[in-house]
Amino acid sequence: MQVTSSVREPLVTGGKTYKDVTSDVSRQVEGKPTVGWLLGMAVSLGALLLGSIALVATLWEGIGMWGLNKTVGWAWDITNFVWWVGIGHAGTLISAVLLLFRQKWRTSINRAAEAMTIFAVICAAMFPVIHMGRPWLGAYWALPLPNTFGSLWVNFNSPLLWDVFAISTYFSVSLVFWYIGLIPDFATIRDRATGIRKTIYGALSFGWDGAAKTWMRYEAVSLILAGLATPLVLSVHTIVSFDFATSVIPGWHTTIFPPYFVAGAIFSGFAMVLTLMIITRKVFKLEDYITIVHIELMNIVIIITGSIVGIAYITEFFIAWYSGVEAEQYAFVNRMFGPYWWAYWSMMTCNVISPQLFWFKKIRTSIVATFILSIVVNIGMWFERFVIIVTSLHRDFLPSSWVMFYPTLSDVGVYLFTFGLFFTCFLLFAKFFPVINMAEVKSVLKSSSEKVKR
Amino acid sequence: MKENNKTYWNGFEQLTNDPEFVKKAEREFPEELPTNGASEGGSSRRDFLKVMGFSLAAASLAACEAPVRKAIPYVNKPVDINPSVPNYYASTFASGGDYASIVVKTREGRPIKIEGNKLSAITQGGVSAVVEASVLSLYDKQRLTGPMVDGQQSDWPTVDSEVVFRLRNAGNVRVVTNTLISPSTESALQEFAGSFGAEVVTYDPVSNYGIIKAGGALPSYRFDKADVIVSFGADFLGTWISPIEFAKQYSKGRKISKENPNMSRHFHFESNMSLTGANADYRTPIKASQNGLAVLALYNLLARRGGAAAVNAAAVEIPHLEKAAEELWANRGRSIVVAGSNDPNVQVVINAINDLLGNSGETVDFSKPAYFRKGNDEQMNQFVTDLNAGRVGGVVFFNCNPVYDHARGAEIAEGIEKAGVSISTNETLNETASLVQIVAPDHHYLESWNDFNPKAGEYSLSQPTITPLFNTRQAQESFLAWSGNNTSYYDYLQTSWSNGLFSGQNEIGNFQEFWDRALYNGVFTSENAGSASVSGTGNVSGAASEIGRTYSADNANVELVIYQKVGIGNGYHSNNPWLQEMPDPITKVTWDNYLTVSQNWAAENNFKMSEGNTKMGRITVGNKTYTLPVVVQPGQAVGTVGLAVGYGRTKAGRVADGIGINAYELVDLSRGYNNFEITEGVTLELVNDNYKLPQTQTANTYMGRQFVVQEATLGEYREDASAGRYKPQVYAEGEFVKPSKISLWKGHKYSQHHWGLAIDMNSCIGCGACTVACQVENNVAVVGKQEVLNRREMAWIRIDRYYSSEAGADSYQDLERAAANPEVVFQPMMCQHCNNAPCETVCPVVATTHSSEGLNQMTYNRCIGTRYCANNCPYKVRRFNWFKYHDNKDFAAVNVAQNSDLGKMVLNPDVTVRSRGVMEKCTMCVQRIQAGKLSAKRENRKIEDGEINVACAVACPTDALVFGDMNDPNSKVSQVLKIEESIEAVKEVNEERAYHVLEEINVSPNVWYFTKIRNKDKNEA
Repeated sequence: MQVTSSVREPLVTGGKTYKDVTSDVSRQVEGKPTVGWLLGMAVSLGALLLGSIALVATLWEGIGMWGLNKTVGWAWDITNFVWWVGIGHAGTLISAVLLLFRQKWRTSINRAAEAMTIFAVICAAMFPVIHMGRPWLGAYWALPLPNTFGSLWVNFNSPLLWDVFAISTYFSVSLVFWYIGLIPDFATIRDRATGIRKTIYGALSFGWDGAAKTWMRYEAVSLILAGLATPLVLSVHTIVSFDFATSVIPGWHTTIFPPYFVAGAIFSGFAMVLTLMIITRKVFKLEDYITIVHIELMNIVIIITGSIVGIAYITEFFIAWYSGVEAEQYAFVNRMFGPYWWAYWSMMTCNVISPQLFWFKKIRTSIVATFILSIVVNIGMWFERFVIIVTSLHRDFLPSSWVMFYPTLSDVGVYLFTFGLFFTCFLLFAKFFPVINMAEVKSVLKSSSEKVKR
Repeated sequence: MKENNKTYWNGFEQLTNDPEFVKKAEREFPEELPTNGASEGGSSRRDFLKVMGFSLAAASLAACEAPVRKAIPYVNKPVDINPSVPNYYASTFASGGDYASIVVKTREGRPIKIEGNKLSAITQGGVSAVVEASVLSLYDKQRLTGPMVDGQQSDWPTVDSEVVFRLRNAGNVRVVTNTLISPSTESALQEFAGSFGAEVVTYDPVSNYGIIKAGGALPSYRFDKADVIVSFGADFLGTWISPIEFAKQYSKGRKISKENPNMSRHFHFESNMSLTGANADYRTPIKASQNGLAVLALYNLLARRGGAAAVNAAAVEIPHLEKAAEELWANRGRSIVVAGSNDPNVQVVINAINDLLGNSGETVDFSKPAYFRKGNDEQMNQFVTDLNAGRVGGVVFFNCNPVYDHARGAEIAEGIEKAGVSISTNETLNETASLVQIVAPDHHYLESWNDFNPKAGEYSLSQPTITPLFNTRQAQESFLAWSGNNTSYYDYLQTSWSNGLFSGQNEIGNFQEFWDRALYNGVFTSENAGSASVSGTGNVSGAASEIGRTYSADNANVELVIYQKVGIGNGYHSNNPWLQEMPDPITKVTWDNYLTVSQNWAAENNFKMSEGNTKMGRITVGNKTYTLPVVVQPGQAVGTVGLAVGYGRTKAGRVADGIGINAYELVDLSRGYNNFEITEGVTLELVNDNYKLPQTQTANTYMGRQFVVQEATLGEYREDASAGRYKPQVYAEGEFVKPSKISLWKGHKYSQHHWGLAIDMNSCIGCGACTVACQVENNVAVVGKQEVLNRREMAWIRIDRYYSSEAGADSYQDLERAAANPEVVFQPMMCQHCNNAPCETVCPVVATTHSSEGLNQMTYNRCIGTRYCANNCPYKVRRFNWFKYHDNKDFAAVNVAQNSDLGKMVLNPDVTVRSRGVMEKCTMCVQRIQAGKLSAKRENRKIEDGEINVACAVACPTDALVFGDMNDPNSKVSQVLKIEESIEAVKEVNEERAYHVLEEINVSPNVWYFTKIRNKDKNEA
């Protein structure tokens, strides 16, 4: 069935056998935590703890702990929200869209990418809740729940409500998709484990029996879920972009936002996957599974999406000029040359110029360069959201209300908290869950590994 | 039972008094309580659980602090006090000579709001920010709760005996007071003076002695009768003498319509940019040292035209002066020339100019003198000298604070000890009262009876609107008591009215009826005022030679011009957080004192101010040096620096203490009058210390955005009534149409009312009375300096102040920069109550909705605080509760109206105090609308136009805001907007000047603005 191309590089190197795959991946789950892991965990928990001071202060004292003001009602909170949601796009794209497109190289990275998605979405979802003035009420008033308040209902016209649906749908589908994929691997670990671990992984694997029929159902469910998840990849960030696109604020009121946001999300998501995978493959010695080919392919996606984003930036400018709307024109000139010029040019450098370096094969196949650029891209994408949100708001229609926004320690702290949360979750995942989808990797060994063929 | 002496027994046991029975009968419940268990001493498991359950419940109950709510019902309802129904009492605000006839709104016996009294011939229903805010000072924690003797709490009998005893042997007694415009107070004071041989010394912190000395009296000014107004530094709309009255008059000449396209032309010559200067058609910055010469030059220009003898004067080059002279001459008898200078010589020339122009008796009326200022600078100066020389045996400070607000305050502070007896009647332990032996605190004016005579023939009354909160006593009553007259001041007042005004009229025969009428109206006008025989003329050539000596055309020194701020004034009310947080109309700075410097000076020092970031300046006057932040003020005359009085309080209270410096110390007394223009010995240097000023607006210009401000000149307006209008058009289906013609919205229909507001930017002078009125009416929190620095002030209505850019500016950078001497425009901005409101669509929980009467409503209870609405508001009028501002010790020092039981008495019970985390904004005083609708409904009639009015419009001294029902074709708002009758949300407005801010985004506001029209020959900055 499998067609082997002589031009294609093997997806898994090092002549791995099925047993090698199992033992290479399970080794991390079964062994003692490594020093690197413990160190990482300590740093993450530290960030979590430090950040929680800021979070508690915000919840206790009020949103006034942040740098927001009468004109700039959103800044770091929604910047972080959109940034994390964007990062959360890669997982589903890799596992669902690439599955539909039969891209086999996805198999060694999809597990970690999906995990990243879920943790990123958790971090993202935190912001819409904590940015509320009264989160203790807003957390459930924003849901269309039957209630005893009378005929009170949510406002279906509000893009914020659309966000609630978009994010929660995306999160649940991603979670289910991820977990379904984990079941066969949990079963593998269960089969190798003893004692209490056997029981736990046994429970987690839902009694997987490895029968042909089970495998068939597994494949079918994966495909259905991939089908369901694919439109979500496009819809989530489209809807997030509606928060801005449907408003009247110059710099927000832009029809280009949905495709531009989706491209940006994939762009940042892939960058984050790269950042994480480069570390993981090193620490867990998985270089044979996540090869330079994977990295190169992902870098290519980054060039494409980065270029789309770049074109979107330029188009925005053109349209602002072409529209003849004074406030709109000013908003864009202000981005470039106003008081937040540095944010704009950071965004331009990181998002548009730096990914173009990947046109050079030498750079896109260099681990160090990729690692650095993947971080640069995510810095750039953070600035993109900051530029859109803050520099549009801070100088809108009436000059009398023009202000500057300066972040406070609490702004930084809450952001740090999400980093702590994200990495704590990711490290726990890396230790206790198989970071590579063993079952699926095994399915591609045949077409790529010399040894297994013999 | 007792009567028929029968006793029924329960049984034989009772009859026989069986011991067993008696024992049981004593214990009502014969069964053992189960907790005791079967056996004595031990306790079972059940008991343990019971006891534990009980203690747990008790402990948790005790942990929930049950709030003690003190609600004391009226056993006997007082007449006229109905819960939730406000009562209104006419009264009078007077502080020094600052005067306003007012109506006090009380709820359940508490004064909560002050509005103007429309029956007053002087203030005509107008108020100022200070008057609006004064209700809060009633509930000021700093007020003394009782009299004090030698630093100890005391009681009134002790005070009275001590005062009489000490003063009897004191020797020379002086009573120091600010201007008194109350005839009965003056006579009470005379009684006191008579019995102790005391002399009354009157001074004003910001004195107008120059006018009185030059003309013998303060004339009545009539700006409404003037077609040409020339002012040399008189800030008559903001702080000069009687600004409410003058603003009202001035606005009459500034209102224009197609039928009457005429307006007064206003020339202004000044050093600092004042509120009045900002409203002028032609404003010329001049150095203070040229002031006198400029006035002389004008005199000579007019004298030449009138054939009178010119006087000797150094030549001085002043733009627009020639033009002013020409137009004054063309409008003889219909013009007015005023000067703010306190120099009597300048005022002599001013009087001569008005004589030359035939304005005397017309616009400047010495025959109807005003009494707003009576202070005598020389007398006060002499008093300080006497005090320090030990020639004063006893001194009484009658509601004045000279230690703080006199140039020789420090000497007075030292001298008080030299006087054998010192007494003060101040309400608080301020800088002066804290140094005296006996403090006999006066009532707040809202607790007092009094009468006032602000102008010849014009009288008004003030009446108590609340029982005195503290153990204070009206100062007049104290004076009467000390002079041995034991009548209450109320009786004293009635007697003096009965003997004086009542007998002088023959309209009403019964005194009680006369008194009740006057009290009800708050004002009384006496027909036979008897015209004063003051001519106002003086020796012009003598004055001219004096001016030639003291002024110079080319002073190279830095000049300091000391001025009053509109909100803080002379500093007497500076402990009022509403006034501290009110942005200065010009600089938009709150909570701070600063030096205003010219753009030129800033450029010379390579210094730019942006986003409130500035540097400190060090000013040295003689041997005094102060370091203050610097504000680069467009329009500030080159070579001058402005500094406001009213700051540098040390004992005002925790709101005002420690802000800025006391500029009174710099006032120059060497010329025999209080000179606020220091032209010699001033140096100013930039200090390299960064400072951030709490400004509510940091952008100076409107960036040439016609969709925000639309303006034209009078000439253009006469040619085309829609001159200056910006009419955006949208291309749709082959043609250009008004934006309102295209909409995704179905559009509202308002079958009942459709509330709207029309704002005339020509009338708005930017005084800020509306902003404080709104704050009082709507319980708007004060957030303090730090939160203003964080750009989080809560004001529901703000006045946007824009300077013009330099002519020909077209790059964004140039547009951002204000011109060196800019035109100024004021634009009141509040929720526009859009029919297609962008805030309403984005709220995820429908907390902000549209009413059936066109209002955009905010439901605080439902708000979860996403702030999306505020972001999406194109006018940025929504305000978020970043913190809990009420009952929070972090804000107790500034938000006094929401943090203590005393302060909370001022809150409007009809308006919710917002909690942390919710959005708020202008409601168009929905509580007033509802109250008005309710009373109309109860009386089964339609609402009359004008019956319901919003707080900002009521406060406005220039009637710039017109509120009403746009569905009613006869309402004033419909009339001024020329609305075609319809119940559609989008009304056809035919008034050419009316426009919507941001018309092109078609949010369809219910607030309309009228183009600003300047009376200029051509468009020039």
